[in-house]
Amino acid sequence: MARVVLVTGVSRQVGGRVAEALQADPGIDRIIGVDSAAPDRPLGRTEFVKAELHDGSVGAVVRDSGADTVLHLSLVATPSAVGGRAKMKENNVLGTMQLLAACQSSSTVRRLVVRSTAAVYGSSSRDPALYTEDLEARDAPRSGYAKDAVELERYVRGLARRRPDLSIAVLRFANLMGPSVETPLTRYFGLRLVPTVMGYDPRMQFIHEDDGVEVIRRMALAERDGVFNVAAPGAMPLSQCLRRAGRPEMPVPERGLKMLGSLARRGRLDYSPEQLRLLCYGRVLDSSKLERALDWSPAYTSQEAFDAYVAERGTAHGARSGRARRNRPPRRV
Amino acid sequence: MTMPGDDAVRPVEEERGLAPVLPLVPRDRRGGSPAGSEDAGTRRDARSGSFAGFLEFCERRLDGDYQVDDFGYDDELTGNVLIPLMRLWYEYWFRIELRGLSNVPDTGRALLVSNHSGVLPFDALMLQVALRDHHRAARRLRTLAADLVFETPVLSHLARKAGYTLAASEDAERLLGRGELVGVFPEGYKGLGKPFSERYRLQRFGRGGYVSTAVRTRSPIIPCAIVGAEEIYPKIADLKALARLLKLPYFPVTPGFPLFGPVGLLPLPTRWIIEFGAPVGTDRHEPEAADDPGVVFEVGDEVREIVQRTLDRLVVERGDPF
Repeated sequence: MARVVLVTGVSRQVGGRVAEALQADPGIDRIIGVDSAAPDRPLGRTEFVKAELHDGSVGAVVRDSGADTVLHLSLVATPSAVGGRAKMKENNVLGTMQLLAACQSSSTVRRLVVRSTAAVYGSSSRDPALYTEDLEARDAPRSGYAKDAVELERYVRGLARRRPDLSIAVLRFANLMGPSVETPLTRYFGLRLVPTVMGYDPRMQFIHEDDGVEVIRRMALAERDGVFNVAAPGAMPLSQCLRRAGRPEMPVPERGLKMLGSLARRGRLDYSPEQLRLLCYGRVLDSSKLERALDWSPAYTSQEAFDAYVAERGTAHGARSGRARRNRPPRRV
Repeated sequence: MTMPGDDAVRPVEEERGLAPVLPLVPRDRRGGSPAGSEDAGTRRDARSGSFAGFLEFCERRLDGDYQVDDFGYDDELTGNVLIPLMRLWYEYWFRIELRGLSNVPDTGRALLVSNHSGVLPFDALMLQVALRDHHRAARRLRTLAADLVFETPVLSHLARKAGYTLAASEDAERLLGRGELVGVFPEGYKGLGKPFSERYRLQRFGRGGYVSTAVRTRSPIIPCAIVGAEEIYPKIADLKALARLLKLPYFPVTPGFPLFGPVGLLPLPTRWIIEFGAPVGTDRHEPEAADDPGVVFEVGDEVREIVQRTLDRLVVERGDPF
């Protein structure tokens, strides 16, 4: 069956790499990449369409392309990525509404895969050790990226109700980690002196960028409905991450970190209250539902994903880092 | 005579490798005070007879070269640092006697249900040491703890690293599903913070959530009675207003605390007996019976009765608490 796949957020890392991965599949006729900015790398046989998601022009793209599969990957995590919180919300929430409206009225769309985030679970000391998909957030996110994701998921559920014939998967991603991906967390680990919340050592969990792309590629072609956690097996305490990266940590009282956060927001770091809670309580997902559904499991554990990040970039900034690991063969665990 | 020479050389090499690393990561963030880690070191040292081994352990810790499970349990830190610290209390302070250890299976899931007392949860820590040090399979105990533990800075991550997790049925079921030995104190705060006058009188065993968990996962329940912890802090009064202010479940007044300040925090050196009873099987019920209140109360009462009977007997057998 000839297939037409539409990918949003194609100019960004994950979207671009998913489009690239789909190109290798001869079963896919056309790949249409949509984004508001031009891609900074060649997209191969992916056809690029410049369109803003939130102004409605994407509806025409969905209609005209006759796409049967829509991969919505354009959720933006940081205001600085799009130029301000207002623009970010426009992109994340209004953009999603427009795209879902287009899917609802389309007669060709059969499959929808939406990238969401594990941030929808919030982060709380009163939650079970591992989050499963059916768990209600005890401490629902109230702002920023995480709240956008909560709203996005609500709109997707609405669409699923109105169009029960559509096959829809929502992917709640753990923090992406790896040699090239850029996220608030990778920038955080790249700091010369890493501020941590005094008295807390949260459990961190990652998903390697290659595994993340692979999950979306497989999900695009599979007919699995529902919400899925996407995370690598295992977890590491933040202190262990910093030791593996050879980064000195700077424990700061929680209040101080809030202030530091608001200062940093003006710089290149984004510290939302949700991020701070994550740095207190951590978050670990149970991704067994995904593994069962796809009959596949991530190639990298959380620790291996983090090591891949450290190997590529961990030593790039600080001259002092990496010294501890010098002359040592990398240990595969 | 070359062997001692070799041994003497190795630590120096290790030390050289370690020296540039030390200043980078403050040691006290590791979950034990530096003094505590050294203490663990000398113990380990005494056991393996190798200072180099200890240095290697430190280097590995500083490099982050260890495994922590998704609950945050750090087996290496627990075994090498936390347990040795608790062992001092176990061996020299409370001089604990164990009975019925063979009732704890060598492998596979089981739910250990114990009485809870003592104002501060020393009983949970000692139970962990008992099973790790004295059980023939050196079983690690994964204990369910109150949410207050995980809200408290420092304590929250130390508890996770030591194998504790939130007392939620999701966590308990997941751990039992992995074949772990899970410890639970169904009395909760009511047991921990009960006044001295009510010692060895079991409080209500919650709503029996632990029974549901055991039935659903078909785990045997091992009743466990701990005698001695009830007298470590004889709580004679409770400053409720202060407790509310500090958001604590209770604010105890003991003969020593708060009168003598921090010195009053030292637990009394009572003599303890821990007895493990014969497992109460849950496989006579179908897993679906986990939601049947009748079954839950029946099994719950049975377990509670066993623990209470054992306590009564042990208190008499022990005699003088000191």
